[in-house]
Order: sequence, then C-alpha cells, then structure tokens
Amino acid sequence: MTAADERVHDYPFNRPEGLDLAPAYRAARTSPGMIRVQLPFGEPAWLATRYEDARFVLGDRRFSRAEAAEHDEPRVQYHRGSGGILAMDPPDHTRLRVLVASAFTVRRVERLRPRVREIAESLIDDMRAVGTTGDLVESFALPLPVRVICELLGVPARDQHLFREWSDGLLSTASLTAEEFSRNDQEISAYMAGLVAQRRAEPADDLMSALIAARADNVDRLTERELVELCVGVLVAGHETTATQIPNFVHVLLSQPDRFAELRADPGLIPGAVEELMRFVPLGATSAFARYATEDVQVGEVLVREGEAVLAAIGSANHDETRFPDADQLRFDRGGSGHLGFGHGAHHCLGAALARVELQEALRALLALPGLHEAGHPEWKTQMLVRGPRKMPVAWEAQ
Amino acid sequence: MSWSVKVDQDACLGSGICAGSRPDIFGFHGTHAVAVTERIDPDEDLLDLADTCPAAAILIRDGSGAELAPRP
Repeated sequence: MTAADERVHDYPFNRPEGLDLAPAYRAARTSPGMIRVQLPFGEPAWLATRYEDARFVLGDRRFSRAEAAEHDEPRVQYHRGSGGILAMDPPDHTRLRVLVASAFTVRRVERLRPRVREIAESLIDDMRAVGTTGDLVESFALPLPVRVICELLGVPARDQHLFREWSDGLLSTASLTAEEFSRNDQEISAYMAGLVAQRRAEPADDLMSALIAARADNVDRLTERELVELCVGVLVAGHETTATQIPNFVHVLLSQPDRFAELRADPGLIPGAVEELMRFVPLGATSAFARYATEDVQVGEVLVREGEAVLAAIGSANHDETRFPDADQLRFDRGGSGHLGFGHGAHHCLGAALARVELQEALRALLALPGLHEAGHPEWKTQMLVRGPRKMPVAWEAQ
Repeated sequence: MSWSVKVDQDACLGSGICAGSRPDIFGFHGTHAVAVTERIDPDEDLLDLADTCPAAAILIRDGSGAELAPRP
C-alpha cells in the first residue's frame, strides 16, 4: 500500500473535448483515501473518486448542500447561481421537490412514452425528407427533449431561441461577469414569470398549472419566487443533459460497431444499453455541487472534518473496477442498477425516469436510420458543465 | 395510532432519495433502500417523501391498514 497522496491537485482533470476519463482518476482511485483538489474558484475540496466513497457522500444526510452557501464553494466558474433545490437540504428540499416529483415518477412518465416516440419518429422523418446528411444535435438531439419538456411544463417550444441562450448561460463554465450572469438569470426568470401569469389566468393541463394550483392551495408551501425558480429548473435541467447525452451515446456506439450492431439486431437490449451508457459516459466536465460535512464524518480512510467540502467524481465512480468489473468495456448485460449517472441520495436526478424514456426512444428511432454514421468529427462544447458535441455531422442512406 | 412503513424491494430503483433525506426511517443496503424501522409515529412529511420516490416504492399504512402512500 502506498502512502496517501497529500498534494493538492489542480482540477478539473477531464479535457472538455471528447468523452475520455482523465488517467488521473485511475491514479486517485488506486491510491489510499481521497485526494485534495483545487478548482479555479473557491476553496480546496476532497475528491471522492471511488464508487463506495462517492455514493456514500452523495447519500449521507450529514453532507449538506445548503451549507455551501456559507462557504467559498469550489467551482469552475466565477459566478455563483442561486442553485434552486440543488442548494437545499431536506426537509426544505423535500417540501419543494414533492411538488414536481409526482410528474416524474416511473408510472407517470411511462404514459408519455408514446408521445416521446412520436416526436422522435417525426424528427427522423424530417431528417430523411431533407437528405442524407445533417447535424444530429440541431435536427434531433436538441428538439426531442425540448419539445417533451415544453409540453410537460407548459412552455411554448417556439420560444426555444429565447430560452436556449439563457439556459446555456446558466450552465456555462465561461467566466461571465457577475452582471452578465445576473442579467441572464433575471431574463429567464422574467420570461418564466410571464408564462406563470398567463397560466394563472388560463390554466392548462401541464406542470406549471399544477404548481400554480399548489401555491393557491397553500401560499406558505411555495413562494412565488420558488414557483418561478422550480419552473426554470425543470426547463433547463429538463432538456440540456438529455440533449447532450443523445449525441454522446451515438458517438460511443458508432465507435464500437459490434455494440451498435448488437443493439440494431435486438432492440430489446435498449433499456439495458441506456443504463450501461449512463454508466460508461463520463458526462461531467468537472465535479460540481460540493457537499459540506456538518460534523466529522469518516469517508473510507479519510476523516472529513466538519465544514470541509467533498466533491463526488461520478464519472470516475462509474468506472471503478471494484464495483464494475472490466469497467472500461461497454457491456449491455450488467443488469443496469447501481451506476451513479443520475447521482444518488436526496438530489438524485428528478427527471431520471423521463430521461430514460427519452434516451431509449431516441436510440430506438436512430437505430432505424439505415447506415447511420458520423460524417466528420464532432465539434465539442468547451465551456459547459456537461461534455458533448455542440455539432455532430452524421450521414445515413436514403433507403 | 402508529403507521407502518415498508420499501417494495422489487420496485425500488436504488435512487437513495429516501435514505438520503430521512436516515431515521430509511437505510441503504447494497443496491436498494430498506425501512430501518417498521412502526412510525404519524408524520405528514413522510407522505411527501414517499411521493418523491420515482419508483413509488415506499408503502405507508395507517393503524387500520389503510394505504396512505403511495398516493395516486
């Protein structure tokens, strides 16, 4: 056993271009304890790179997100957003989460599957009608989750050109000035507040109307500001990550033709493939949303002191050989469960069930596109919290 | 009158939401959550938490055996 690594490492490790997991993670996983990292902004933090440690920190109530507001939180961007429910702890967090969670249960989301499939197939039809080449992001990966979340929440999809820019601003790691960030935040909030006012006057069968009704029932339970923030959170988180993972999954599958052929031969493998791709693709450009210890807590070999920050490296945890044998192999027969691709604990992805349905239906529709292949290199996003193609040229056969 | 709480092991997806929110009631074992106590005092917050379970796997009954969660 080697000695614990006491250096403070510059972080993040991953390059933004591509989906490789930086070798520094393997080194960290195989050295005892956790390592210390310094992000471009904020105080140093512990980095949990092993599966057991990462899951423990994400799932243990003694690690707080709300405490981050009292500290100089480690982060890659200068600005600090309000964080919404991701900056809250239970029970406050539960009070707000429950208002939207019922719209995203496995059972409720399964009812949306036919509509998701219909949208996916119509986008494929549109691509084929135009020709045999296109940008997978613009013509498929983005419009699919945008339309789904817009319909679910009650936001007009035709406003996409407006909220896409604000949404990018919220998830950007570019060093916007405080004024730029806050103007962006105010613009999307004002836009959403306008929609809320419209829906209040004229309710519809959507999540926004349900939230307005919940506030009307009990004004203490949900403030107007929280209502607007929840809607913004659902809109932004509800499309960006899925829109990014669709081309990521296609990129990985096309680079492993045997796996792609396996899926094409047996679409029944798609749900397992989506779970495996969620595990396999290290989506994050960095680890974010540090958890603060509210008391001294033992994490593996490290005693984390009260007030210290811990970041969970999800991409690394998902490639931990002790949890996933042959972790760097893409295998559709792992049984799916246990990966941390949707996080873990109180902040486990609210939209996980919807994302699963969208990713499954996206793959199903794309597999039916004859001769799908990449037509050149993707152009990667470079200043976002998530990694993935900004543009991905693809081609297919007319028949 | 106390309530009973259980986690449906077949339905549980292992999100860790319940154990991460109410460790006094739920624990996480391997890949699934379990209730660490069977009888609890009536607690409206717990019904809310059950509603946030994506798998609707948290089963709560009142003293008469009537189902309180998951709510439809």
